[in-house]
Amino acid sequence: MTPDKLLFSETHEWVHLDQTEAQPIATIGITAFAIEALTDLVYMQLPKVGDQLTAGEPFGEIESVKAVSDLYSPVSGEVIEVNSKLPDNLEILNDDPYGEGWMIKVKVTDPAPLSKLMKLEAYEKQCSEEQ
Amino acid sequence: MRNPRATRLLFELSKPGRRAAQLPASDVPDVPLEELLPASAVADRPLPLPELAEPDVVRHFVNLSTQNMSVDTHTYPLGSCTMKYNPKRNERLASLPAMLNLHPYQPDDSLQGMLQLLWELQEMLAEIGGLDAVSLQPAAGAHGEMTALFVAAAWFRDQGMQRTKVLIPDSAHGTNPASAAMAGFECVTVKSTPQGYVDMADLIAKLDEKTAVFMITNPNTLGMFDRQVREIADRVHDVGGLIYLDGANMNAILGITRPGDFGADMMHYNPHKTFSGPHGGGGPGAGPIAVRKHLAPYLPAPVVVREGDRYRLDYDRPKSIGRVRSFFGNVGVLVRAYCYILTHGPDGLRRVAENAVLNANYLLSRVKHFLPVPQGDRCMHEFVASAQKLKTERGITAMDIAKRLLDYGFHAPTVYFPAIVRESMMIEPTETESKESLDALAETLFRITEEGEDLLHDAPHTTLVSRPDEVQAARQPILKWTAGA
Repeated sequence: MTPDKLLFSETHEWVHLDQTEAQPIATIGITAFAIEALTDLVYMQLPKVGDQLTAGEPFGEIESVKAVSDLYSPVSGEVIEVNSKLPDNLEILNDDPYGEGWMIKVKVTDPAPLSKLMKLEAYEKQCSEEQ
Repeated sequence: MRNPRATRLLFELSKPGRRAAQLPASDVPDVPLEELLPASAVADRPLPLPELAEPDVVRHFVNLSTQNMSVDTHTYPLGSCTMKYNPKRNERLASLPAMLNLHPYQPDDSLQGMLQLLWELQEMLAEIGGLDAVSLQPAAGAHGEMTALFVAAAWFRDQGMQRTKVLIPDSAHGTNPASAAMAGFECVTVKSTPQGYVDMADLIAKLDEKTAVFMITNPNTLGMFDRQVREIADRVHDVGGLIYLDGANMNAILGITRPGDFGADMMHYNPHKTFSGPHGGGGPGAGPIAVRKHLAPYLPAPVVVREGDRYRLDYDRPKSIGRVRSFFGNVGVLVRAYCYILTHGPDGLRRVAENAVLNANYLLSRVKHFLPVPQGDRCMHEFVASAQKLKTERGITAMDIAKRLLDYGFHAPTVYFPAIVRESMMIEPTETESKESLDALAETLFRITEEGEDLLHDAPHTTLVSRPDEVQAARQPILKWTAGA
C-alpha cells in the first residue's frame, strides 16, 4: 500500500478504507514517522477480534526503549482481524509500515469520525511542524 | 584504582570448597537430614551457591560500590529527580539511638518525643503547602498520589457523586495516570501548548460533571510555572472537581508560593527531592500528602493528634480510607525531612528555591546556544534542552551525549522525558551545585557536541559496562545467571 492512498490521524495512525462492502472495512497501522520517533520497539499489545473500538480511544499500546505509547483508534467499529504475528516480529513495522505492518482491520460502524482524518499532504505538513 | 577481576560475578569467582568462615566442630550428635525432615522437604542436591574466601567477597563488593555515581561523588543534574546534596547532619540526627531504637508498638506515653516530631512535621507540611491536614503514611510520591486519589474517591462517594474521570496533562509524570488507574479512575489526557503549558481550550473541552480530579505538576516537567493555574483551578472547581498538585517540583517554589494558595485541594511531597530524604536506591521513601479541610476525615488512619501537651495516634476516624502503610510509614525519612525543614527555617527554605531556580537559569543561559531549549530563555528549577538539531545534522542523539557525560565524570541528565520534546535532555542542577561545577558541566556539554560522531555513538568508554543492548534487554531480558550459559 502506498501512503497517498491512506488517511491519517493526528496521533500518527494510518487508515486504509475498503468501501466495497456496505459497511466499510478500515485497515489500521502507524506511520513511518511515528515508528522513527518511537525508536527501537520492544513490545506491542493489540486488541482481540470482536472488541468494539471508539474513535479517539486507545486500541492497544506500543513500547519502545524510550516510552510506552497508546495506539488510538481513528475509527469506531468492531475488530474483525488482528495481525497476530506483528507483536513477535516488530521489525516488520520498520520494514513495511504501510503493508505487512498493518495492525488491525475494523468493520466501521460510525462513519462520522472518518471526516476528521487527513490526506497525506496535510499529515506531512503536521509532521514537518513537529520536527 | 578499579579491579575488573573482582567485579566478575560471584558465581564466576567461585571455587569448590573455598570458605570465608570456619565453623567449630559440632558438639551434638549428627543426625542424617532424612531422619529429621520428610523426603519431600529435602533437596536432591545442594544449592549451587558460590564458594569464596572473605577477601574475594570484600573486593567484589567494594569494587562494585566504586562503580556507583552518587550526589556524594559527582554532579548529578538528573532532571525531575532533584538530586540535591543531602546534609550529613540529617543522617546523623536520624541515626540517634533515641530515634532509631523506638518500636512502633511502644505505648504512646513512651513515644511522646517522636509523636511530637511527627505532629510538628504534619503542621509544617500543611503550612508549606497552604493546606489544612497531612498524612505522613504513604511510602513514596506515587503512593501519595494514589492515596490522595482514594481520599478524593471516598469524598465524592460520600457526597453521592459519581465521578469517573481524572484529567492529566500530556507532560505529566507517568505515575499520575498509573495512580489514577490504580484508584479506579479513567484517565483523560489534556494537551500542552508548544510552550509547555496546559492547553486551556483542550482542558475546558474535557471538563464535565464526570471530572473528579485534575492532576497538575506546577512547575511542570518542562520546568515552567504555569501561570494559568489559578484559572485552571477555578474552571475545575466550577464543574465540582478537585485539583491535585504533584509536588515533585516543590523545590522550585518553597516559601515563594503555596499550592493551597493557587487552588490545589490535595498534594504530595517527595521528601527525597525537597527535604533531603535518601535519593533512589529503591527506598525507603516517603510521600506525605496534604489536603484541604473537607478532605481531612478521609485521610489514612492513624494521624498524630495533640491534646494539650500530649500527643497520640488517633485511630478513631470513621470516614478514613484506612491504612496505606504498616505502622507509621518510613519514619526515618520523615525525621530527615523534619531536620531539614527546621535547619533551614522559613527564610532558608525560600533561599533553597531561589538558588535552585537561579542555578537552573544560569546553566540554561550557558547551554541554550548549542543545545536549544524550545520552551525559551527562562525556567524554574530545571529546563528541557533538545538535541534534535544535532540529531538531524550529525546523527548525534540525546542518548549519545548522556552516555559521553559519564566519561567526563558527570551523571547524565534525564533523557527522552518529557516525551513532548524531541531528543529531550532534562537538566536540573539543584541549589547545592557551585558556580564552578555549573561552569564545568556547561563546558563539558559544549565540548561533547564538538566531538566526533563515532566517539559519541560508542560512549561511554571508561565505565565497566559501556552500552547495554537496550532492545535485547527489553525484548529478551536475561534475569539470572545460569551455569554454562
